[in-house]
Amino acid sequence: MAELKKYLEIGSSPHITDGASVDVIMRNVFLALLPVTVFAIYAFGIGAALVLATATISCILTEHLLCKATGAPSTVGDWSVAITGLLYGLTLPPGLPLWMVAVGGVFGVGIGKFLFGGLGSNAFNPALVGRAFLQAAFPQAMTHWQYPFLENRFEQVPTSVLAMPFAEPAYDAATAATPLARMKFEALFAETPELMAGLTTGSVGETCGVLILLGGLYLVVRNFMNWRIPVSIFMAVAVMTWIFQQIDPATYPGPLFMLFSGGLMLGAVFMATDMVASPITNPGCWLYGVLIGVLVVVIRFWGGMPEGVMYAILLANAVSPHIDNLIQPRVYGTGRGVQ
Amino acid sequence: MLHFARKNTFRHGVHPPENKDDTAHLPIRQFPFAPVLIVPLSQHLGKPARPVVREGQEVIRGETIAEADGFVSVAMHAPASGMVRRITLAPSIAGHMIPSVFIEPFPASTQEVDDGEPCPLDTATPDEIVQAIQRAGIVGLGGAAFPTHVKLKPPEGKQLDTLFINGVECEPYLTTDHRVMLEQTDDIFMGIRYLLKATGTREVIIAIEANKPDAADRLRQGCPGDLPVTVRVSPVKYPQGAEKMVFSALLGREVPSGGLPADINAICCNVATTAEIGRLLPRGRGIQERVITIGGPGVAKRGNYRIPIGTPVRFALEACGAADNISRVFMGGPMMGPSVSNLDIPITKGTSGIIAFTTAETGEATGHRKVYPCIHCARCVEACPIFLNPSQLGLLAKVEEYERMAEEYHLMDCFECGACSYVCPSHIPLVQYFRLAKKMVRKLSAA
Ligand code: SF4
Ligand code: SF4
Repeated sequence: MAELKKYLEIGSSPHITDGASVDVIMRNVFLALLPVTVFAIYAFGIGAALVLATATISCILTEHLLCKATGAPSTVGDWSVAITGLLYGLTLPPGLPLWMVAVGGVFGVGIGKFLFGGLGSNAFNPALVGRAFLQAAFPQAMTHWQYPFLENRFEQVPTSVLAMPFAEPAYDAATAATPLARMKFEALFAETPELMAGLTTGSVGETCGVLILLGGLYLVVRNFMNWRIPVSIFMAVAVMTWIFQQIDPATYPGPLFMLFSGGLMLGAVFMATDMVASPITNPGCWLYGVLIGVLVVVIRFWGGMPEGVMYAILLANAVSPHIDNLIQPRVYGTGRGVQ
Repeated sequence: MLHFARKNTFRHGVHPPENKDDTAHLPIRQFPFAPVLIVPLSQHLGKPARPVVREGQEVIRGETIAEADGFVSVAMHAPASGMVRRITLAPSIAGHMIPSVFIEPFPASTQEVDDGEPCPLDTATPDEIVQAIQRAGIVGLGGAAFPTHVKLKPPEGKQLDTLFINGVECEPYLTTDHRVMLEQTDDIFMGIRYLLKATGTREVIIAIEANKPDAADRLRQGCPGDLPVTVRVSPVKYPQGAEKMVFSALLGREVPSGGLPADINAICCNVATTAEIGRLLPRGRGIQERVITIGGPGVAKRGNYRIPIGTPVRFALEACGAADNISRVFMGGPMMGPSVSNLDIPITKGTSGIIAFTTAETGEATGHRKVYPCIHCARCVEACPIFLNPSQLGLLAKVEEYERMAEEYHLMDCFECGACSYVCPSHIPLVQYFRLAKKMVRKLSAA
């Protein structure tokens, strides 16, 4: 028997782990977004592909350069900024000028994430911060919607996409109206099957509810997402809408329309579930989800804009730390545990 | 909600790979004597024992070499017939130096055990049983090493109703309790008789996890008809074997924060401890050896051994064929066992196992992983069996807000099970922070 090693490493227990890792979780979220991404490019063509690529690259580059500039090791390897970039791209109108896309990306990651202290400290979902900035800075461009499934979408890049910075973008065709805008301004409700299958217009990645749900389901099964958040959002929206539809069916659409129109699916499944900006306890997540659902319905029905998912989530992000302060887990041996 | 799924288990917890197959089927074997045995005078929580032997004195195996000093203290017994070489300081697992008795076994001795004054079950009073358990040096063999007789005496005004015998053994790799249940079934029931009499309890529940069906069967079949015993099987989950988890799983009641099991009229005793009571008391003997699992990928001759107290870890590993590339050794299971820096420390009464990992299991897999910021994923919250918020506690620990951790986030209720660190995808050393924080809080409140 050989002499046993002189120096053993000392480590504090536990000496084993379940192997979970931030980069693995993030890579899986990215993977779950791929079906939606592919469909977006199929529906909206080269324009959408360019928007998505620009969004992703601008976000990743921003984080990388900011890290370098502050002398910190680059954090792009944890994949979280890649998700931010892709998600951000998916919320944009397909014909948005690329320079605007890049500006929003820089803003979202620079202000929405880096300034807050990077991964783990961002109070808001950075993708939505970028989009909110664009909405405020370029309201016209942000509400110009291209028709999906145009004949020439794989041959021709929409002129507006390649617009020069700070020039007024020129559009090839008249703007299409999103189902929500038609509900709001014309009281026309699109057919639900069309909405679910992504046959209507909207932001690049928000139109196909079925694929979004599929991605979410994958994450829930792998235990990378808290299902309570999307489910509570869906329930709140459905119940509230149903009540108002019963009251006045001519003005208010049905629950399915509300669930599958606009950014609700994408927002509920991929945005509201940003772990950093959502509550940590399960009861807290229920409350947070219901809050988002109610806010979405309120903004959509009575606000000035047809869509309200983005603001609903950002508001709930702001409330999330307070929910965590309010709702802590009941500690073993306290409260109703001992009677 | 989900009440049916919660039957016989607690909420939260984790599922580490069990890794028990290597040793679970191996009968307990007697371990040889090391050339020198080191018996620390403090192997238990509480006051160290007072030595009653001198350097140069000959002792007989089983003879009392140190007596309990006060109520929260237990006696020590000679693990071998031999010569007391020195009584001096020796290193312990925690890094402190502890007064210890060094005994050199006589190579030619037959190593017969010296019987003491028996404690007859039929005639002994409850108090006499409690004293006999203290004299036998019995402590919790599951790892806590708390003097058993102290638990048997509930505070004034508390009544004990239910006696739990804990055979859960939820730590991966360890199979000692499993083997004891299979091989010392009668000792266990004898021990239960003593405990019933000493505590005045009327009901006994033996807790087992579903990965030991043979032990459950053996106990059900071997149970004498006059004993009020039920065997309850819980699904496999870590840390099911923690006392508090046993109560919430099988009794549906929680020990009040900062309280004692006696507050819910329950008492819990490890199964190996119970077996030792049943084996030792009728002959008036003391604990001079215990059953441990020696295993892990770093040793060749894995198994369960009845090993003399005081055997140096180095001797144990060498005798079991430790691999050249062992890199980390810990005492107990991988979830809670402290790691050994110095192989010359001895096996004590609280040592339930020695597990050796090689460079293949350490390295990337454990301490050397990249630490990310907390991403608020709630995995730790979902794992914590005490329902703490390890994420928040971790953030506070980083900025050294120890008092806030204790006052607002129940730090002192953390029993350091490690489930939070096990699941954290950011690889934050949560339980490691909490151990330090608890120490700091104790220091602050003592000052
Ligand atoms: S170590 Fe403490 S905080 Fe972590 S899971 Fe166990 S009891 Fe909870
Ligand atoms: S498991 Fe780790 S990363 Fe997740 S919330 Fe807990 S401390 Fe944060």
